[in-house]
Amino acid sequence: MKSWQGQSLSWDTKDGVIELALHRGPCNEIGSLTLSELENFANALHGLAASNHALIIHSTMKPGFCAGADLRELYQRSQEMAKGDAAKGVRDFLERIHKVMNTIDAAPLTTIAAVHGVTFGGGFELALVCDLIIADKMGRFCFPELRLGLIPGFGGIPRLKRDLGNGVVRDLLLTGRSFNATKAQAAGLVSQVVAEGEALKVARATAAQIGKFDRETAIAAKKFIKPIPYEELKQEIDIFCDLFMRPAVEQGLRKFVESTDAQPYLP
Amino acid sequence: MPMQTSEQTLDEILTLAAAHFKVPREKLAPDEDFFKTLGIDSLQALDLLTRLENHFRIELPDYELQGVSDFRTLASRIQARL
Repeated sequence: MKSWQGQSLSWDTKDGVIELALHRGPCNEIGSLTLSELENFANALHGLAASNHALIIHSTMKPGFCAGADLRELYQRSQEMAKGDAAKGVRDFLERIHKVMNTIDAAPLTTIAAVHGVTFGGGFELALVCDLIIADKMGRFCFPELRLGLIPGFGGIPRLKRDLGNGVVRDLLLTGRSFNATKAQAAGLVSQVVAEGEALKVARATAAQIGKFDRETAIAAKKFIKPIPYEELKQEIDIFCDLFMRPAVEQGLRKFVESTDAQPYLP
Repeated sequence: MPMQTSEQTLDEILTLAAAHFKVPREKLAPDEDFFKTLGIDSLQALDLLTRLENHFRIELPDYELQGVSDFRTLASRIQARL
Protein backbone atom coordinates (compact mmCIF):
# COMPACT_ATOMS: atom_id res chain seq x y z
CA MET A 1 0.00 0.00 0.00
CA LYS A 2 1.69 3.22 -1.14
CA SER A 3 -0.64 5.38 0.88
CA TRP A 4 -3.16 4.90 3.64
CA GLN A 5 -5.53 7.15 5.53
CA GLY A 6 -6.46 6.27 9.10
CA GLN A 7 -8.23 8.07 11.92
CA SER A 8 -5.11 8.83 13.92
CA LEU A 9 -2.38 8.62 11.29
CA SER A 10 -1.82 8.39 7.55
CA TRP A 11 1.07 7.64 5.26
CA ASP A 12 2.05 8.48 1.74
CA THR A 13 5.12 7.97 -0.42
CA LYS A 14 6.84 10.33 -2.83
CA ASP A 15 10.28 10.33 -4.47
CA GLY A 16 11.45 7.36 -2.42
CA VAL A 17 10.35 8.87 0.89
CA ILE A 18 7.56 7.57 3.13
CA GLU A 19 5.83 10.26 5.18
CA LEU A 20 3.94 9.09 8.24
CA ALA A 21 1.69 11.89 9.53
CA LEU A 22 0.19 11.75 13.02
CA HIS A 23 -3.11 13.59 13.20
CA ARG A 24 -5.15 12.66 16.24
CA GLY A 25 -6.20 15.50 18.53
CA PRO A 26 -5.37 16.99 20.87
CA CYS A 27 -1.72 15.94 20.56
CA ASN A 28 -1.52 12.42 19.11
CA GLU A 29 -1.97 10.60 22.42
CA ILE A 30 -1.21 6.91 21.86
CA GLY A 31 -4.15 4.71 22.84
CA SER A 32 -5.57 1.52 21.38
CA LEU A 33 -6.69 3.15 18.11
CA THR A 34 -3.30 4.73 17.40
CA LEU A 35 -1.55 1.51 18.41
CA SER A 36 -3.68 -0.48 15.98
CA GLU A 37 -2.93 1.98 13.16
CA LEU A 38 0.77 2.01 14.02
CA GLU A 39 0.66 -1.79 13.71
CA ASN A 40 -0.86 -1.40 10.25
CA PHE A 41 1.99 0.90 9.36
CA ALA A 42 4.65 -1.44 10.77
CA ASN A 43 3.18 -4.30 8.74
CA ALA A 44 3.17 -2.17 5.58
CA LEU A 45 6.70 -0.95 6.25
CA HIS A 46 8.19 -4.31 5.28
CA GLY A 47 6.88 -3.84 1.74
CA LEU A 48 7.40 -0.08 1.60
CA ALA A 49 11.08 -0.36 2.54
CA ALA A 50 11.82 -2.21 -0.69
CA SER A 51 10.98 0.78 -2.86
CA ASN A 52 11.84 3.74 -0.59
CA HIS A 53 15.04 5.00 1.01
CA ALA A 54 13.74 7.16 3.86
CA LEU A 55 10.88 7.56 6.31
CA ILE A 56 9.80 10.83 7.89
CA ILE A 57 7.48 10.80 10.90
CA HIS A 58 5.77 14.10 11.71
CA SER A 59 2.65 15.56 13.26
CA THR A 60 0.00 17.81 11.75
CA MET A 61 -1.32 18.74 15.19
CA LYS A 62 -0.54 22.26 16.43
CA PRO A 63 0.49 21.47 20.04
CA GLY A 64 3.26 19.14 18.98
CA PHE A 65 4.62 15.85 17.75
CA CYS A 66 3.01 13.57 20.33
CA ALA A 67 2.08 13.93 24.01
CA GLY A 68 2.68 10.22 24.74
CA ALA A 69 0.40 7.48 25.98
CA ASP A 70 -3.32 8.15 26.26
CA LEU A 71 -3.44 8.22 30.05
CA ARG A 72 -7.20 8.71 30.15
CA GLU A 73 -7.80 5.55 28.16
CA LEU A 74 -5.17 3.68 30.17
CA TYR A 75 -6.81 4.66 33.45
CA GLN A 76 -10.38 4.03 32.30
CA ARG A 77 -9.61 0.62 30.83
CA SER A 78 -7.68 -0.48 33.90
CA GLN A 79 -10.65 0.58 36.07
CA GLU A 80 -13.07 -1.50 34.02
CA MET A 81 -11.05 -4.69 34.46
CA ALA A 82 -10.24 -7.03 37.33
CA LYS A 83 -6.72 -6.42 38.66
CA GLY A 84 -5.22 -9.49 36.97
CA ASP A 85 -6.81 -8.61 33.64
CA ALA A 86 -5.59 -5.00 33.89
CA ALA A 87 -2.02 -6.21 34.42
CA LYS A 88 -2.31 -8.53 31.45
CA GLY A 89 -3.86 -5.74 29.36
CA VAL A 90 -1.00 -3.34 30.12
CA ARG A 91 1.62 -5.97 29.32
CA ASP A 92 -0.14 -6.85 26.07
CA PHE A 93 -0.28 -3.17 25.06
CA LEU A 94 3.41 -2.69 25.84
CA GLU A 95 4.47 -5.80 23.94
CA ARG A 96 2.50 -4.66 20.90
CA ILE A 97 3.90 -1.11 20.93
CA HIS A 98 7.44 -2.45 21.46
CA LYS A 99 7.00 -4.63 18.37
CA VAL A 100 6.02 -1.55 16.34
CA MET A 101 8.89 0.52 17.76
CA ASN A 102 11.42 -2.26 17.10
CA THR A 103 10.18 -2.61 13.50
CA ILE A 104 10.65 1.11 12.81
CA ASP A 105 13.98 1.14 14.68
CA ALA A 106 15.36 -1.70 12.54
CA ALA A 107 13.75 -0.64 9.24
CA PRO A 108 16.20 -0.85 6.33
CA LEU A 109 15.85 2.80 5.43
CA THR A 110 16.90 6.07 7.03
CA THR A 111 14.28 7.31 9.47
CA ILE A 112 13.76 10.93 10.51
CA ALA A 113 11.47 12.33 13.21
CA ALA A 114 10.49 15.89 12.25
CA VAL A 115 9.24 17.30 15.52
CA HIS A 116 7.71 20.48 16.91
CA GLY A 117 6.16 21.35 20.25
CA VAL A 118 5.27 18.69 22.78
CA THR A 119 7.34 15.51 22.33
CA PHE A 120 6.62 13.81 25.62
CA GLY A 121 6.66 10.27 26.99
CA GLY A 122 5.59 7.83 24.27
CA GLY A 123 5.98 10.61 21.69
CA PHE A 124 9.59 11.09 22.73
CA GLU A 125 10.00 7.30 22.52
CA LEU A 126 8.62 7.29 18.98
CA ALA A 127 11.12 10.00 18.01
CA LEU A 128 13.93 7.99 19.64
CA VAL A 129 13.39 4.99 17.36
CA CYS A 130 14.27 7.22 14.41
CA ASP A 131 17.83 7.56 13.11
CA LEU A 132 17.68 11.38 13.16
CA ILE A 133 15.60 13.92 15.04
CA ILE A 134 15.07 17.28 13.37
CA ALA A 135 13.31 19.71 15.70
CA ASP A 136 11.93 23.16 15.18
CA LYS A 137 12.93 25.62 17.89
CA MET A 138 9.61 25.12 19.68
CA GLY A 139 10.29 21.40 20.19
CA ARG A 140 10.16 20.20 23.79
CA PHE A 141 11.23 16.77 25.05
CA CYS A 142 10.27 15.13 28.32
CA PHE A 143 9.82 11.88 30.18
CA PRO A 144 7.22 12.85 32.82
CA GLU A 145 6.49 9.24 33.84
CA LEU A 146 8.21 9.37 37.24
CA ARG A 147 5.84 12.16 38.20
CA LEU A 148 3.07 9.55 38.04
CA GLY A 149 5.02 6.76 39.72
CA LEU A 150 6.03 5.02 36.49
CA ILE A 151 8.97 4.72 34.14
CA PRO A 152 8.76 5.21 30.37
CA GLY A 153 7.27 2.03 28.93
CA PHE A 154 7.60 2.27 25.14
CA GLY A 155 11.37 1.66 25.06
CA GLY A 156 12.49 5.11 26.15
CA ILE A 157 15.23 4.36 28.67
CA PRO A 158 17.20 1.77 26.66
CA ARG A 159 17.04 3.94 23.54
CA LEU A 160 17.99 7.10 25.42
CA LYS A 161 20.94 5.20 26.94
CA ARG A 162 21.93 4.10 23.44
CA ASP A 163 22.18 7.71 22.27
CA LEU A 164 23.15 9.83 25.27
CA GLY A 165 25.47 9.92 28.26
CA ASN A 166 24.06 8.42 31.43
CA GLY A 167 24.09 11.78 33.26
CA VAL A 168 21.71 13.32 30.75
CA VAL A 169 19.48 10.24 30.87
CA ARG A 170 19.28 10.52 34.66
CA ASP A 171 18.49 14.24 34.43
CA LEU A 172 15.57 13.64 32.04
CA LEU A 173 14.30 10.58 33.85
CA LEU A 174 14.77 11.42 37.52
CA THR A 175 13.68 15.08 37.43
CA GLY A 176 10.87 14.62 34.89
CA ARG A 177 11.78 18.04 33.50
CA SER A 178 11.57 18.91 29.84
CA PHE A 179 14.35 20.01 27.49
CA ASN A 180 13.80 22.55 24.74
CA ALA A 181 15.20 21.81 21.28
CA THR A 182 18.39 23.81 21.81
CA LYS A 183 19.17 21.94 25.04
CA ALA A 184 18.30 18.63 23.37
CA GLN A 185 20.68 19.41 20.54
CA ALA A 186 23.46 20.33 22.98
CA ALA A 187 22.87 16.97 24.71
CA GLY A 188 23.29 15.15 21.38
CA LEU A 189 19.69 14.12 20.96
CA VAL A 190 18.64 16.40 18.13
CA SER A 191 20.64 16.58 14.93
CA GLN A 192 19.26 19.87 13.60
CA VAL A 193 17.31 22.72 15.20
CA VAL A 194 15.39 24.76 12.64
CA ALA A 195 13.01 27.72 12.55
CA GLU A 196 9.48 27.35 13.83
CA GLY A 197 7.35 25.33 11.40
CA GLU A 198 10.30 24.28 9.23
CA ALA A 199 11.10 20.79 10.58
CA LEU A 200 9.22 18.84 7.92
CA LYS A 201 10.72 20.89 5.08
CA VAL A 202 14.25 20.35 6.41
CA ALA A 203 13.52 16.64 6.98
CA ARG A 204 12.45 16.35 3.31
CA ALA A 205 15.67 18.04 2.16
CA THR A 206 17.68 15.69 4.38
CA ALA A 207 15.81 12.67 3.01
CA ALA A 208 16.52 13.84 -0.55
CA GLN A 209 20.24 14.05 0.24
CA ILE A 210 20.20 10.56 1.77
CA GLY A 211 18.58 9.25 -1.43
CA LYS A 212 21.77 10.00 -3.37
CA PHE A 213 23.74 7.37 -1.44
CA ASP A 214 24.19 3.70 -2.23
CA ARG A 215 21.29 1.98 -0.52
CA GLU A 216 23.12 -1.17 0.51
CA THR A 217 25.87 0.86 2.18
CA ALA A 218 23.35 3.01 4.05
CA ILE A 219 21.60 -0.10 5.35
CA ALA A 220 24.89 -1.74 6.41
CA ALA A 221 26.04 1.47 8.17
CA LYS A 222 22.78 1.75 10.08
CA LYS A 223 22.87 -1.88 11.16
CA PHE A 224 26.47 -1.44 12.34
CA ILE A 225 26.00 1.75 14.38
CA LYS A 226 22.46 1.40 15.71
CA PRO A 227 22.06 -1.86 17.63
CA ILE A 228 18.65 -2.49 19.19
CA PRO A 229 18.88 -3.13 22.96
CA TYR A 230 16.40 -6.03 22.97
CA GLU A 231 17.31 -7.38 26.45
CA GLU A 232 16.90 -4.02 28.16
CA LEU A 233 13.68 -3.37 26.27
CA LYS A 234 12.23 -6.60 27.69
CA GLN A 235 13.40 -5.63 31.19
CA GLU A 236 11.72 -2.25 30.80
CA ILE A 237 8.34 -3.94 30.17
CA ASP A 238 8.76 -6.06 33.33
CA ILE A 239 9.68 -3.06 35.50
CA PHE A 240 6.83 -0.96 34.09
CA CYS A 241 4.27 -3.72 34.74
CA ASP A 242 5.49 -4.24 38.33
CA LEU A 243 5.25 -0.51 39.04
CA PHE A 244 1.91 -0.06 37.29
CA MET A 245 0.03 -2.37 39.64
CA ARG A 246 0.79 -0.32 42.75
CA PRO A 247 -1.97 1.79 44.36
CA ALA A 248 0.23 4.91 44.13
CA VAL A 249 0.07 4.76 40.33
CA GLU A 250 -3.69 4.30 40.33
CA GLN A 251 -4.05 7.31 42.64
CA GLY A 252 -1.72 9.46 40.52
CA LEU A 253 -3.50 8.54 37.30
CA ARG A 254 -6.90 9.20 38.88
CA LYS A 255 -5.82 12.66 40.03
CA PHE A 256 -4.40 13.41 36.59
CA VAL A 257 -7.47 12.17 34.69
CA GLU A 258 -9.99 13.83 37.00
CA SER A 259 -8.17 17.15 37.14
CA THR A 260 -10.04 20.00 35.49
CA ASP A 261 -7.35 22.61 36.21
CA ALA A 262 -5.50 24.35 33.41
CA GLN A 263 -2.42 22.67 34.86
CA PRO A 264 -3.38 18.95 35.29
CA TYR A 265 -2.12 17.16 38.36
CA LEU A 266 1.56 16.24 38.10
CA PRO A 267 3.65 16.34 41.29
CA MET B 1 26.03 44.59 29.19
CA PRO B 2 24.28 45.63 32.43
CA MET B 3 21.87 43.09 33.86
CA GLN B 4 18.29 43.93 33.19
CA THR B 5 15.92 44.76 36.03
CA SER B 6 13.00 42.64 37.21
CA GLU B 7 10.60 45.24 35.83
CA GLN B 8 12.23 45.02 32.39
CA THR B 9 11.96 41.22 32.52
CA LEU B 10 8.31 41.44 33.50
CA ASP B 11 7.64 43.92 30.71
CA GLU B 12 9.26 41.66 28.10
CA ILE B 13 7.20 38.67 29.30
CA LEU B 14 3.97 40.65 29.07
CA THR B 15 4.85 41.94 25.61
CA LEU B 16 5.81 38.48 24.35
CA ALA B 17 2.68 36.83 25.78
CA ALA B 18 0.41 39.56 24.40
CA ALA B 19 1.90 39.29 20.92
CA HIS B 20 1.88 35.50 20.72
CA PHE B 21 -1.55 34.88 22.21
CA LYS B 22 -3.02 37.93 20.49
CA VAL B 23 -4.25 39.66 23.64
CA PRO B 24 -4.01 43.47 23.93
CA ARG B 25 -0.91 44.29 25.99
CA GLU B 26 -2.87 46.69 28.22
CA LYS B 27 -5.20 43.87 29.28
CA LEU B 28 -2.38 41.91 30.89
CA ALA B 29 -1.67 42.75 34.52
CA PRO B 30 1.43 41.45 36.36
CA ASP B 31 -0.48 39.83 39.20
CA GLU B 32 -3.31 38.24 37.23
CA ASP B 33 -3.69 34.54 36.51
CA PHE B 34 -2.17 34.15 33.03
CA PHE B 35 -4.05 30.92 32.36
CA LYS B 36 -7.25 32.95 32.61
CA THR B 37 -6.19 36.21 30.98
CA LEU B 38 -4.49 34.47 28.07
CA GLY B 39 -7.12 31.71 27.95
CA ILE B 40 -4.49 28.98 27.71
CA ASP B 41 -4.25 25.33 28.77
CA SER B 42 -1.24 23.34 29.96
CA LEU B 43 -0.02 22.58 26.40
CA GLN B 44 -0.10 26.28 25.52
CA ALA B 45 1.66 27.06 28.81
CA LEU B 46 4.49 24.79 27.63
CA ASP B 47 4.56 26.72 24.38
CA LEU B 48 4.90 29.94 26.39
CA LEU B 49 7.68 28.40 28.48
CA THR B 50 9.64 27.45 25.35
CA ARG B 51 9.17 30.93 23.87
CA LEU B 52 10.41 32.52 27.10
CA GLU B 53 13.43 30.18 27.25
CA ASN B 54 14.28 31.03 23.65
CA HIS B 55 13.74 34.76 24.20
CA PHE B 56 15.82 35.03 27.38
CA ARG B 57 18.26 32.24 26.35
CA ILE B 58 17.80 30.42 29.64
CA GLU B 59 16.73 26.98 30.88
CA LEU B 60 13.70 27.00 33.13
CA PRO B 61 12.87 23.55 34.53
CA ASP B 62 9.16 22.79 34.55
CA TYR B 63 9.12 22.14 38.29
CA GLU B 64 10.11 25.75 38.98
CA LEU B 65 6.83 26.78 37.41
CA GLN B 66 4.61 24.41 39.35
CA GLY B 67 1.81 26.39 40.87
CA VAL B 68 3.00 29.58 39.19
CA SER B 69 0.14 31.31 37.41
CA ASP B 70 0.90 35.04 37.57
CA PHE B 71 3.32 37.02 35.42
CA ARG B 72 5.18 38.61 38.32
CA THR B 73 6.18 35.29 39.90
CA LEU B 74 7.07 33.95 36.46
CA ALA B 75 9.28 37.01 35.95
CA SER B 76 11.05 36.42 39.26
CA ARG B 77 11.81 32.79 38.28
CA ILE B 78 13.25 33.98 34.98
CA GLN B 79 15.16 36.85 36.58
CA ALA B 80 16.91 34.34 38.86
CA ARG B 81 18.37 32.63 35.80
CA LEU B 82 19.52 35.65 33.79
